[in-house]
Amino acid sequence: MLFSNPFAELSASIAPIIMQTYVVIMIVLVAGGTLYDMAHKKSATYFFRNWRSAKSKGTQNVSSGQMVSLAIQTAVVDGLTSGEFCNVQRRVAHLVTMYGFLAYVVTAAVMVFFYPTPATPTPAILPQLWNFGALMICIGGYWFWFFIRVDVVAEGNSPLRLVRADLFILSLIASATLALIWAYLQAAGSAWTNVFLVLYIMATTLLFASVPWSKFSHMFFKPAAAFQKRVAEANGSRRNLPSPADKPETFGSTRRRPRHY
Amino acid sequence: MPTFVYMTSCDGCGHCVDICPSNIMHIDTTYRRAFNIEPNMCWECYSCVKACPQNAIDVRGYADFAPLGHSVRVLREEEKATISWKIKFRDGREKNFESPIRTTPWGSIKSPADYAMPSPEAMKSQELAHEPDSLNVDRLPALTPDQLKPWVA
Repeated sequence: MLFSNPFAELSASIAPIIMQTYVVIMIVLVAGGTLYDMAHKKSATYFFRNWRSAKSKGTQNVSSGQMVSLAIQTAVVDGLTSGEFCNVQRRVAHLVTMYGFLAYVVTAAVMVFFYPTPATPTPAILPQLWNFGALMICIGGYWFWFFIRVDVVAEGNSPLRLVRADLFILSLIASATLALIWAYLQAAGSAWTNVFLVLYIMATTLLFASVPWSKFSHMFFKPAAAFQKRVAEANGSRRNLPSPADKPETFGSTRRRPRHY
Repeated sequence: MPTFVYMTSCDGCGHCVDICPSNIMHIDTTYRRAFNIEPNMCWECYSCVKACPQNAIDVRGYADFAPLGHSVRVLREEEKATISWKIKFRDGREKNFESPIRTTPWGSIKSPADYAMPSPEAMKSQELAHEPDSLNVDRLPALTPDQLKPWVA
């Protein structure tokens, strides 16, 4: 299972062109869903209005070189290392899920497009990364689902309560879990393989098709918001916030885990 | 003057939910971000504004009290034990304030439970807890009978 390309084995019953078309449709659904979401919520309108307002309130000019530097800082700190999170557990869970998702989707696309049949031997690293990525999604996802979700931890709601905000994380966890089960059953030659294949396809389709209604597109909006925040700090507007006090950080902190019940 | 959350800045940490004394800051079920569920019941204590680690909460001023174009924003920095305010007036004036929150590290002050139980004699005494030491005097000032003038009808 860990070294075999599950999509190459699947090509015996489903033609590679169908799998490739499915991947392309999913990509189009994500792009289209994000654009529709932006148009519906007018995110771009408000983002640029906020940008212009921050620029007019700014006290310093930000050069294009500084902009590039801020973009790199945003990409590295807020993007690659999820630096926005103050809580270590939330940060680690997000990193595990994020990198797992990246490994999972990229390796799946590479295997479907470049190594679609057993005739094209797949490098062992690809199915290993695919399995490992799905496993990371499960670890980070279930950890978040049961122990970190703010409506469960801070508000005391049941972990089994389902709301619209759970659509993304649930479909993601379902897709990864069912992918692992399906790959295992296929490698074992089980009679349940096709059942779990159908469930896996359903969960994956739900994940990518529900973009306009789920939190999927936060992965595009959050870096933009983080960049805008850094630019506002650099140009002095700082969202009208006072400048940080010029005092040493010697007093520690009294913040406790929010638990409003 | 109720509070509102900039959902693009909010990361859904729940600190405002925990601290709101009016129990009106809650988590939205669509975006899993904080929001004020009942602005009418907000008493503008600024607890959530100060508690938010992302400074994602602001207060919307009533039009008859806080005119358009104003801005009142606060930055609480626990590690530095400071609280800073920036007030922007409509005519462009700006006032900045920076105040200490405390002068000792968080958690360094003894709680009442850490003190020894007072003796029965101390409970009957006129002096309150920690007096006269906490007043930085040797003893409480008190009049003696010879200081009193005789009462004249």
